[in-house]
Amino acid sequence: MIEFKNVSKVYPNGTRGLKNINVKIEKGEFVVVVGLSGAGKSTLLRSINRLHEVSDGEIIVGGKSITKAQGTDLYRIRRDIGMIFQHFNLVKRSSVMRNVLSGRVGYHATWKMVLGLFPKKDKELAIQALKRVNMPEKAYMRADQLSGGQQQRVSIARALAQEAKLILADEPVASLDPLTTKQVMDDLQHINQELGITMVVNLHFIDVARKYATRIIGLKQGEVVFDGPVENATDEMFAEIYGRPLEEDEIMGVAR
Amino acid sequence: MRTAELKNQTTGMPAPPKKTKQHITVLLVLLLVMASGWQIGFSLEELMSGLPNMWDLIVQLIPPNWGYFSQITVPILETIRMAVVGTTIGGLLAAPLSMLAARNVIHTSWVTIPCRFILNLIRTLPELLLAAIFVAIFGIGPIPGIFALALFSLGIIAKLFYESIESIDPGPMEAMTAVGANKIKWIVFGVVPQVTSTFVSFFLYAFEINVRAAAVLGLVGAGGIGLYYEQTLGFFEYDKTASLIVYTLAVVLIIDYVSTVAREKLT
Amino acid sequence: MKRDKSLLIIRRVLVVIAVLAVYIWAFSGLPVLQFKETSMEVISSIFSGLLQPDWTYVYDPKGEDLLRGLLDTLAIALLGTFIASFLCIPFSFMAARNIMKNKAIVGTNKFILSFIRVFPDIVLALLFIKAVGPGAFSGVLALGIGAVGMLGKLISEDMEGVDLSAREALVATGANPVKTLMFAVIPQVLPNFFSFVLYRFEINVRAATILGIIGAGGIGTPLIFALSVRDWERVGIILLGIIVMVTMIDIISGKIRARLT
Repeated sequence: MIEFKNVSKVYPNGTRGLKNINVKIEKGEFVVVVGLSGAGKSTLLRSINRLHEVSDGEIIVGGKSITKAQGTDLYRIRRDIGMIFQHFNLVKRSSVMRNVLSGRVGYHATWKMVLGLFPKKDKELAIQALKRVNMPEKAYMRADQLSGGQQQRVSIARALAQEAKLILADEPVASLDPLTTKQVMDDLQHINQELGITMVVNLHFIDVARKYATRIIGLKQGEVVFDGPVENATDEMFAEIYGRPLEEDEIMGVAR
Repeated sequence: MRTAELKNQTTGMPAPPKKTKQHITVLLVLLLVMASGWQIGFSLEELMSGLPNMWDLIVQLIPPNWGYFSQITVPILETIRMAVVGTTIGGLLAAPLSMLAARNVIHTSWVTIPCRFILNLIRTLPELLLAAIFVAIFGIGPIPGIFALALFSLGIIAKLFYESIESIDPGPMEAMTAVGANKIKWIVFGVVPQVTSTFVSFFLYAFEINVRAAAVLGLVGAGGIGLYYEQTLGFFEYDKTASLIVYTLAVVLIIDYVSTVAREKLT
Repeated sequence: MKRDKSLLIIRRVLVVIAVLAVYIWAFSGLPVLQFKETSMEVISSIFSGLLQPDWTYVYDPKGEDLLRGLLDTLAIALLGTFIASFLCIPFSFMAARNIMKNKAIVGTNKFILSFIRVFPDIVLALLFIKAVGPGAFSGVLALGIGAVGMLGKLISEDMEGVDLSAREALVATGANPVKTLMFAVIPQVLPNFFSFVLYRFEINVRAATILGIIGAGGIGTPLIFALSVRDWERVGIILLGIIVMVTMIDIISGKIRARLT
C-alpha cells in the first residue's frame, strides 16, 4: 500500500526532518506513529500525500510513485488518500454537507465544481458517510455550530465520502477530551475493520496508541527506532522511543 | 428487517434547506441587470466597436507631453488650495454640528433629529452636483468649488464625527455634571479632550477625498485642474491629457501618503 | 531624557509652522469673495424652486422626464457595479498575499488597484466618451472600471484575513488550485463580497447622478441643462428626485448589508 524507499528530508535551515526511512505498510493495517513532538511524525505523514516534499528517496502509494507524480497524476493519487487534521480544517462557514461533499471534488471536472454541480450519487455517498459517523441529523448545520468532536467526525465523513483507500490522521484527538477521543478513535477503528481502509495515525498518547493500533512505528529525531506489532511495544520500548521514562501527560486514560 | 433499515434511512435525514430564496434573489438581480441594460440601450456591438477606439486612445495618451507640466503647475496648486480651504470651512462647521447631532451630548431629540436630517441630506448630493449649483450662484471660478467642497466635507466629517462622539467614555462628562459646569464648559472639558484626535483624523481623511474631488470640479467651471481635462480632450491633445492625469495622480498619491502617515501618528 | 523632550518640542514647532505656512499660502492666494448682485437672487430662486418644484416634469409620457432620468441613473449604477463585481475578482485573488505566493504579482496587482482607486470616475467617463461616444454606455464603463479599485482592495484585504486551514484539507483530497479556492476560500469571503458590492452600489448611485454633467448619461444632463437656462422649478424637482432616490437606495442597501453579516 505505502512504501518508503530511503526517504530523507532536510529543511532549508539545515535541520534533518527524516533520516533514511524504509518502511512498508500493507493494506488494512492500523499503523500508529509515536514519538516526541519534533520527532518527525507530522513530516512523515504529510510526505505520504506530499503536503510536504521530501529531499531524497521515493514514496510509492498504491503502486504509483507520488514523489514523481505531477499535475493531474498527483491529484489522482491524492484522491485515494483521505486526511484528518488536529484542528479539523473544515470550512467553518459552510454547511456540514458541503464540507463532506468537498471530499468529492477530485472526481469531477473543474467547471462543474466551480458551479457546485455534484451528481446525485455523491450526495448519497455524503449522507452514508455522515450516517457512519452518526451525524446525519447535522447535515445542514453550519460547521462552526458543532463541537470539536463533532467537527472531527465530519472530517472523517469527508475522508469516507472521498472513497479513500488510505486515511492519514495527524494527531486527530490532540484537541479533544477523553470521551470524544474514544468516539473518534472508535470511528476510525470501525472504518479500518469494516471497510478495510488502511490507517496511518500520529498519536501522542501511548495508551490510545496501544488500544487501537495493530502496528506501531516509533520515531526519534527523524529515524525509525521501533517498528513492530503492538504486542512488542512494551513500556521499556516506549521509554526508549521517548528517550526517558513515560510521563503523566503521555497517558490519556482512555484505555482504562 | 430491510424495510425497517430503509425507513430509518429516510427518517434519519433532515430535509435539505430550501434554496428558493437564493434562487429568487439571483433571478431578481439578473432581471434588474437585464432591465437596466434595456433601459439605457446597452449593446455588446457598441462595446466591440468601441474597444479599438479605446486602444487608439490609450496609444495616443502615451507618452505624456512633458513640457506641459510646467504650464499646469498653477492650476494644480489652485486645486490643492481649494481642497485646503474647503476642508477647513467644512471642518469648522462640522465640529459644532456634530455636537448638536450626538445624542449623548444633546439630550433633546428635537435638536439631534433635525441636525441628523440636514447632514444626511447633504450627504446625498455628490460634490460635482453641489459645484454645479454653486457655479450658478457665484459664477465661474474657485469660489463655488470651495463652497461645494466645504459642504461636501461637512457631510463626511460630521457623520463620522458624531458617531464617534456617541461612543466616548461617559465618565468625564458625568464628572463635569457633578462639579456643576454649564453646558458649554461641560462640552469643552468633558467631551472635547476625548475627541480631538479623532476629529483631526477625520479632517485629514476628508482632505484626502477633497483633493481628488477638487481635481474634477473644473468640469463645471468651479476652478482647479478639471477645466483643463475638457480643454485638452476637446482639442484632441491627448498627450496633454496624459500629463494632467500623471500630475494629478502624483499629487494625490503624495498627499494621501503624507496624510496617512499623519493619521497613523495621531492614533 | 531631556534631549528627547526638546526634540519632541522642536518637532511639534516644525509641524505647527508647516501647517501655518500651508494655511497662509492657501488663504492668501484666494480670490476675494464677491457676491454678484444676482447671487442672493439665485439662492432665493433655488430655495423657492425647491419649495415649489415643477411637478409636471415628474412624469411625461411623451419624452424626457424625471422618472426616466432617475431610472437611467439607477440603471447606469447597477450595470456599472455588476460589471465591476466580476472584473474585480481576478484582481482580488492576485492581490491577496496569502493566496498568491508570488510577491511580484501581488505587488503589481496592489499597485494597479490603488492606481484605479485614485483615478476619479468622472475622468474615466471623459476618456470613455472619447472612445465610445457620449451617452449612458460610457458612464456604465466608467463606473464598471472605476469601482474595481475599491472593491479589489477591500476584497483582497478581506481574503488576507481568511482561515486557510481548510485549504490544506482540500489539497489533500486531490483538488487542483481552482477547486481549492472554490471550496476553501470563497465560502468565507462571499458574504463580505456581497456587502462590499452593495456598499459600492450606494456610492455608484451618487456618482451616476453627476455623469450626465459631462454627457455620460443619467439625470445629470437635464439638471445641468435646467441650471444653464435658470429653470429653478425644474432644478428643484430634479434635486428632490435625486435626494429621494439616493436616500431610498441607502436605506434598502443598508438593510440588506446588515442582514448579510
